[in-house]
Amino acid sequence: MTDATDLSELPAGPTVQGKLSRDDIMMRGGMLVIALYLVITLAFPLYAMLSKSFSTYRFELAQYEFQMSDEDGVFDGTILNGAELNEQTGAFDELDLSAGSDGRIGVTGFFPEFSFRSPVMYQIRNTSDTGRFLVGSKLEDGTDWVTLDSNTFRRVQLRPMESTGFGNFINYFSTPALFNSIKNSLWIAVVSTIVTVTLAFWFAYALNRSCMRYKGVFRLIAMAPILVPSLLPGIALVYLFGNQGMIKELLFGASIYGPIGIVIGSVFFTFPHAFIIISTALAVSDARLYEAAASLRATRWRTFWTVTIPGARYGLISAAFVVFNLVITDFGLPKVIGGQFNVLAVDIYKQVIGQQNFEMGAVVSVVLVIPAIFAFAIDRLVQSKQVALLSARSVPYQPQPDKRTDTFSFIYCAFVGLFIIGILAVCQFAALIKFWPYDLSLSLNNYQFDRMDGGGWGSYFNSIKLGLLTAVFGTAIVFFGAYLVEKTNGFKTGRALFQMFAMLPMAIPGMVLGLAYIFFFNNPSNPLNAIYGTMAILVICSVTHFYTVSHLTAVTALKQMDREFESVSASLKQPTLKLFSRVTVPVCLPSILDISIYLFVNAMTTVSAVVFLYSPKTSLASIAVLNMDDAGDIAPAAAMGMMIFYTNAAARIIHLLVSKGVLTRTQAWRTR
Amino acid sequence: MKHTAKRLASFLAGVAFATVAVAETELTVYTAVEAEDLARYAETFNQSHPDIKINWVRDSTGIITAKLLAERDNPQADVVWGLAATSLLLLKSEGMLEPYAPAGVENLDPKFVDGDSPPAWVGMDAWVASVCYNTVEAEKLGLTPPTSWKDLTDPMYAGHVIMPNPNSSGTGFLDVSSWLQMFGEEGGWEYMDALHENIARYTHSGSKPCKLAASGEIPIGISFAFRGAKSKADGAPLEIIVPSEGVGWDMEATAIVAGTANLEAAQTLVDFTVTKEANEMYNSGYAVVAYPGIAKPVEHFPEGLLDAMIDNDFEFAANNRAAILEEWQGRYDGKSEPKS
Repeated sequence: MTDATDLSELPAGPTVQGKLSRDDIMMRGGMLVIALYLVITLAFPLYAMLSKSFSTYRFELAQYEFQMSDEDGVFDGTILNGAELNEQTGAFDELDLSAGSDGRIGVTGFFPEFSFRSPVMYQIRNTSDTGRFLVGSKLEDGTDWVTLDSNTFRRVQLRPMESTGFGNFINYFSTPALFNSIKNSLWIAVVSTIVTVTLAFWFAYALNRSCMRYKGVFRLIAMAPILVPSLLPGIALVYLFGNQGMIKELLFGASIYGPIGIVIGSVFFTFPHAFIIISTALAVSDARLYEAAASLRATRWRTFWTVTIPGARYGLISAAFVVFNLVITDFGLPKVIGGQFNVLAVDIYKQVIGQQNFEMGAVVSVVLVIPAIFAFAIDRLVQSKQVALLSARSVPYQPQPDKRTDTFSFIYCAFVGLFIIGILAVCQFAALIKFWPYDLSLSLNNYQFDRMDGGGWGSYFNSIKLGLLTAVFGTAIVFFGAYLVEKTNGFKTGRALFQMFAMLPMAIPGMVLGLAYIFFFNNPSNPLNAIYGTMAILVICSVTHFYTVSHLTAVTALKQMDREFESVSASLKQPTLKLFSRVTVPVCLPSILDISIYLFVNAMTTVSAVVFLYSPKTSLASIAVLNMDDAGDIAPAAAMGMMIFYTNAAARIIHLLVSKGVLTRTQAWRTR
Repeated sequence: MKHTAKRLASFLAGVAFATVAVAETELTVYTAVEAEDLARYAETFNQSHPDIKINWVRDSTGIITAKLLAERDNPQADVVWGLAATSLLLLKSEGMLEPYAPAGVENLDPKFVDGDSPPAWVGMDAWVASVCYNTVEAEKLGLTPPTSWKDLTDPMYAGHVIMPNPNSSGTGFLDVSSWLQMFGEEGGWEYMDALHENIARYTHSGSKPCKLAASGEIPIGISFAFRGAKSKADGAPLEIIVPSEGVGWDMEATAIVAGTANLEAAQTLVDFTVTKEANEMYNSGYAVVAYPGIAKPVEHFPEGLLDAMIDNDFEFAANNRAAILEEWQGRYDGKSEPKS
């Protein structure tokens, strides 16, 4: 071994620069294109949103000038400036002068002796072109004097001007109603996380570590909530525990509208996510550790805490942060069942839709992004620490039949399964009842979506279209992007940057992304403005929103393929594209199919990502569920929600069949 | 040969002419009218004007207003047909409306027409607050029907009243604005303080309180009369109560969006919206329409509703909207714990 100091004394040699082949250039070009896609659909909109949150509105009093006449209506020519008048009279303080885009203030406070009955006349004008004031509701933005009698002068309202600053954030944190939502959101997310992770852990434990029967069925049931929009459990809970609920007595008088409802619903819709992660962590375990524990005469309890839990700890932590993130960013469920319990995601909706206060919506979005990014960062950190539990010498753990454990596991899983099936069954039942609770006869009236506010059957077909388009384009973009980033030679910085970009979407809540899209794409000076209000923007938003998981799936599949393939094809003088289409894609086909079904199902169920972006022509089924519930048509909302469920279930079955067919055709090489 | 050419030419001309005749002007019309009425409106309009195709963009009042304001610098709509007057006043104060006096506007009740000349917007029909009262559930709980707004603050109704949140619902805002106008600024807030004690929760939409009352989820829903009449017609055990102090209202109105590329077609449409025929069409869902003397009684609409409508100051509502909503949010939205 040469000493390090010797090395540093050697003269620096010439840098060896590999010559870029045509393939390399093409691949880097391709990577740039996909990176550009991510920049345009993610970075730019987020930047637009951030700058919007700093765009405030202020009343610039110096921009207005006044004149006041005597009793006979004669003006003596004295010009009074608004800012000076305010200083003299103290009519408005600093906080009064910062406002929302819709703010307005009257001007009679500047004239202490003002009376609307007096014959005194007033004149008002803007000193510059940017000044704006209203007489009644008529906009005056010219710089000419406007002469008004006293009675009309009291109808003058000044309009605020756009400026930049921290005003919105100060406003936000000084509004207790809004500030409270942060606390509420965190509280809900923490409680739901604890409950879900605990339930999912034991469920996964029962499935992986016992010999109970019907494991496959339970696995299927546990995955069902992924197929429905997150607000569907909210609707079921209304039917179960609302004031006319079937089993409302179980709540002992507590109201389901509020934190209780949100937590139960959140447990339902996050359960499969937690289950998959924990189940994966529990699936692999080294039997030798258990043998060692047994030979050391450790009790089962002790073994559980010293072997099982440490083995699954990364899975548990990861599951916890995934659930936390899902709950805190979810919008549909608290909107349906939150009652007066305000959370951040619903606040964004109220600010934007209810008050048209886009700036404040952007501020709340920024606030919501912080815990989401935080949770995401910890999750990534934990995942990167994870090391392989199984080494070559490991002996996979095989559960032994044990009557007590198996029975207990079965009962527990049956309860969880009943909860999941029950929620879905209640929705289906509600959809078929004519008029709950007064007319319990069965009817299909609630499926006449065209008679309801919400988009009708058209929205259902739009959703399918969105799902298919997202699946096709999304899979193509994601997989190609992952391929380029995995298999390109050199270009380290570029690849690292790309990886970072690909990770980012997961940290951005759907609502925030949607709002950012409004700011970015609805800007008339944006050349991409034309896609606003079309199906294209919905597809783009969905692809971007669900980019990360798809990307990770693709990368995992590609990592299994040796880089030797590239070398071989290069030495055979075959273009990379040929290798890509002849070898890479067929080999990775199972993963490609997984990505497309993931994108399809999520595009069908997402509410938050598209709630700001749909137009009536592109209304979606998930949005229809939300809007019908909002209008009070709860049964049709349940009916539409179940349509989404059946569609997704059918898609899954098709996916299964296709995967099987494909596997036998393209994956024959895996078996000898 | 010559003949054929001639025939072909005339045929082509005919085709060209036919294309011109059917060549449709497409109008993008933003609306908050209930979905079930839209198809009927377009159909009636197309009977007399088959050459103009309406592309509806429908959503609730708040969303459509938000959409229009967001598109301030790049308007997508040609016409707004059926949006709350308070919202249109907001758009007017942004200079987003194209003033136009439709032919026959003088036939309308002046209360329904913008004060400026030419008017920036023209009213269609009124949309009146009411209380939906579920008789079956109320009886179970031993409640007596309220007759006035003040009655609703009776402790007897604690937790049995639902109203829309004015921050997300136009109906909620018209209630709040009417109380402030009727009871005065101070009295109005005092009234809402007392009412808040009885409110179970605030909903996001204006029709939901009545639908919740119809399904017995809550005995009393503060909503609007049109929704109540519809739910009652569907068989819900509802009574629609008109509080004795008077009820707030808003009107649906029509306006041309400034900067439309299809001004002529837009004017044709707005001309149609003030005709007697159009008003008769509005009448099937609204007891009060802008064209005097044609309103027929609507089934299940409460009696005396017309007389109970307050003298609504739309300018007050529009100019104080931001301040009122902020005050409301500070007072009632801050309480995080739901009441049971």
